[in-house]
Amino acid sequence: MNELIQTISAPWPWYVAGTLIGLTVPTLLIIGNKTFGISSNLRHLCAACFPANITFFKYDWKKETWNLFFVVGVIIGAFIATHYLSNPTLIKINPVLQQELAKEGITDFKNLLPKDLFSFEALFTLRGFILMVVGGFLVGFGTRYANGCTSGHSIMGLSNLQWPSLVATICFMIGGFVMTNFILPYILQLK
Amino acid sequence: MSENKEITNSDKSIAHNNSAKKENGRSLIKYSLVGIVFGIVFVKAEIISWFRIQEMFKLQSFHMYGVIGTAVVVGALSVALIKKFKIKTLQKEAIVITNKPFTKGNIYGGLVFGLGWAMTGACPGPLFAQIGAGIGSISIVIVSALLGTWTYGYFKEKLPH
Repeated sequence: MNELIQTISAPWPWYVAGTLIGLTVPTLLIIGNKTFGISSNLRHLCAACFPANITFFKYDWKKETWNLFFVVGVIIGAFIATHYLSNPTLIKINPVLQQELAKEGITDFKNLLPKDLFSFEALFTLRGFILMVVGGFLVGFGTRYANGCTSGHSIMGLSNLQWPSLVATICFMIGGFVMTNFILPYILQLK
Repeated sequence: MSENKEITNSDKSIAHNNSAKKENGRSLIKYSLVGIVFGIVFVKAEIISWFRIQEMFKLQSFHMYGVIGTAVVVGALSVALIKKFKIKTLQKEAIVITNKPFTKGNIYGGLVFGLGWAMTGACPGPLFAQIGAGIGSISIVIVSALLGTWTYGYFKEKLPH
């Protein structure tokens, strides 16, 4: 039993994680005819809380309550994994990346996100504000404009061989490459 | 409330629930259970790490490509099997998967989301998982993402699609 907990507590390899994420697609379809897609919840929350008479938010969001239940599960699952199945060793970060980040004064490599950029304190630095507030805005705006995110397009859409999802996925990657390699280095200098 | 019941046919993006059956609270719990497994995977495979996303976009690590690639292969095989054998839901309904219609939004929105993804180091799923992992400041990012979605809804008709 101890051995089992130890195995689970070590970081999971990509093929285990990928298989389990892939299986979410048929699981949701079979248990209730539901199509996998997480960013829609941002729309449901807007529709439920601040519809403001906007056509885009006038629909029967209650029919999609299942997805909000799914997201609550994600939060609980992350809590369980962090508190009861956590890995005692640090996340192994590519040393090249670590060096590049250290040059910009990022020294916290112990957590999932660097505290120097993502924390309530960092919010009052220019780069922290840009990454958290502007970054979050772009995620919410872009996913809805693209009609899906990594789950709805890259996993669900590609699984269903939808070419618009391939277009969207390629654009996600282009945007990410441009940001990380050409824009982020400048943002990180705005201390 | 009746006006809220209308979902226009042109807006297929919302048809995530293709079941005709109504579900009550207890029945909805099963989606939370799937979500719990999903949340555990996110944390255990370090998918919700900002560093992993930076490594991916700098081609410094294979990890995220392996995760997404495997997920697509497993998902595609599953969907193919469901279609081939006409597998039904547990409620004996025919499984319906809504097609994703192409719009220019796939391109423009995709690029915008890509920029945001690399900044926050998280797509919407991992954002929620980060809250569960105890990183409270991510609530700011989520509120901002909600504002972004709301703003899209407000300007939707004026944007190229």
